Amino acid sequence: MSASAIAAGVRNGDFSAVEVARGALERVEALNPALNAFIDVFREEAIARASEIDRARASGERLGPLAGVPVALKDNMCLSWGRTTCGSRMLARYRSPYTLTAGQRLIDAGAVVIGKANMDEFAMGSSGETSFFGATRNPHDHARVPGGSSSGSAAAVASGMVPVALGSDTGGSIRQPAGLCGIVGLKPTYGRVSRYGLVAYASSLDQIGPLGRTVEDCALVLEAIAGVDPNDGTTADMPGPALAGALDEPVEGPVIGVPRQAHDSHNHPGVVSALGGAIDAFVKMGARIVEVDLAHVAHGIAAYYLVASAEASSNLARFDGVRYGHRAALGPGEGLLDLYCRSRSEGFGPEVQRRIMLGTYALSSGYYDAYYNTALRVRRLIRRDYDAAFAPDEGTGAPACDAILMPSSPNPAFRLGEKSSDPLAMYLEDVYTVTVNLAGLPAITLPGTPTVVDGVALPLGVQLIGRAFDEARLLRLARMLEGAG
Amino acid sequence: MRKVASLSRLAITDEQVALYRHQLSDVLGYMERLRRLDLEGVEPLTHAGDTLNRMREDEVGAMLANEAAMGLSPERTGPFIKVPKVIGDGGGA
Repeated sequence: MSASAIAAGVRNGDFSAVEVARGALERVEALNPALNAFIDVFREEAIARASEIDRARASGERLGPLAGVPVALKDNMCLSWGRTTCGSRMLARYRSPYTLTAGQRLIDAGAVVIGKANMDEFAMGSSGETSFFGATRNPHDHARVPGGSSSGSAAAVASGMVPVALGSDTGGSIRQPAGLCGIVGLKPTYGRVSRYGLVAYASSLDQIGPLGRTVEDCALVLEAIAGVDPNDGTTADMPGPALAGALDEPVEGPVIGVPRQAHDSHNHPGVVSALGGAIDAFVKMGARIVEVDLAHVAHGIAAYYLVASAEASSNLARFDGVRYGHRAALGPGEGLLDLYCRSRSEGFGPEVQRRIMLGTYALSSGYYDAYYNTALRVRRLIRRDYDAAFAPDEGTGAPACDAILMPSSPNPAFRLGEKSSDPLAMYLEDVYTVTVNLAGLPAITLPGTPTVVDGVALPLGVQLIGRAFDEARLLRLARMLEGAG
Repeated sequence: MRKVASLSRLAITDEQVALYRHQLSDVLGYMERLRRLDLEGVEPLTHAGDTLNRMREDEVGAMLANEAAMGLSPERTGPFIKVPKVIGDGGGA
């Protein structure tokens, strides 16, 4: 059942919030041992919270738009109960003393937190395999990865354990797993949703957003969590997107840009047909398809992994074994420097260590200009490519795009272990998502035509990218495409 | 490799040095493509947001109780966080 149907049913008294919570918990109990989508499940807290909602209804209180909706939160989101592990040994016993803004807003809207979703360690990974708590599996084929880094959020939604979940997206971590698991995933504009209480990976790129089975559910969650927050100075001081009523209003004669670079010869044949299917669907709805040139997409991976790693090396410097997190047991004669180095080496897994070292190198004296600064200049070129696509071209007469259509990844879900010893191969899976974060734009992944691999139908995602802070139009276009499929 | 590990405050084994050197050389080799672009006159873009940071009033708001924050430390002595000797032999971070 969708989140909107659950909330309506609870409000109308068709069923109770406790019944809904019990149903979700039973499904988690049945499916989680095989999928490993959850790190922690909050059975008692969820039932208690659901009872409160039922009591509020009984006493005639007005219920929120997400009344009784079970949700999962990615485990890099701080809650004032349970653990916040970030998928890492470093924080395996960390208990946050406060709750993140986006999570509090969900709770205030009536949502019931079922548990914390598994994830790549510190959100660094594209497969869910780097978690200290073991890999999450793809519900469509347990031998394959669900994508990452919001691996547990995607698997929990795709397997029907919860209707919606929160993920975070730094370089595709909501959109890529949504695509590989056959669900909808939305990365809002940078600054749309508060990052307060989200464990930082790369602060200029990180953004929280919903994963759900329908565009409407993602819109419902975005509406609840969006908006300015005094605790995050980068949140935009503008009214949240008014989505609820307008979602089903089609965009008249939309202009959809398809980047020349989306037709890469390395794309899996299934990705080519999924993209073709989405283009055909838009044409049938009267859209004008125009080719756009995102010339610097080919440099996106290089720029992204330098910028993100540089920011990560700085953000993760706080984990020193002193104030919180894992502390190594020192031997005789070992000092403070040993405490730092050994706590970090024991606490961080290999992918986190690689990115810290890559970022440290890119920021170090003598290499700063060659790597970090160069990546930031390429970031500007990437942003200009998008700006040009979203503006009319007076030279050629090409109209401004309402959205840009691309695959969400170049391949369907790969096998567990297939890319885990080759970091560069893993990074290249993010080619279609990272430039959106570098430019700060909103984007949504929708299920495209699945592809059959080894006798199993594997989902594939198509991605629509919108203008900054125009989630309303982006979601209307996404709703059109969803309705056409 | 050892220099970068040390700057990163990571203690890595000989085996890890070999593995990371190989993997990060691959990655840095791939990054070389950025240098082929003409970046003359292109300003770095550090942040996608167009607005500058907003400041808020300097007012005391809700905050964590001392014990809620201090209680997170892995080793304590009374109201203090316990760390190895900082000054002299074995110290000097």
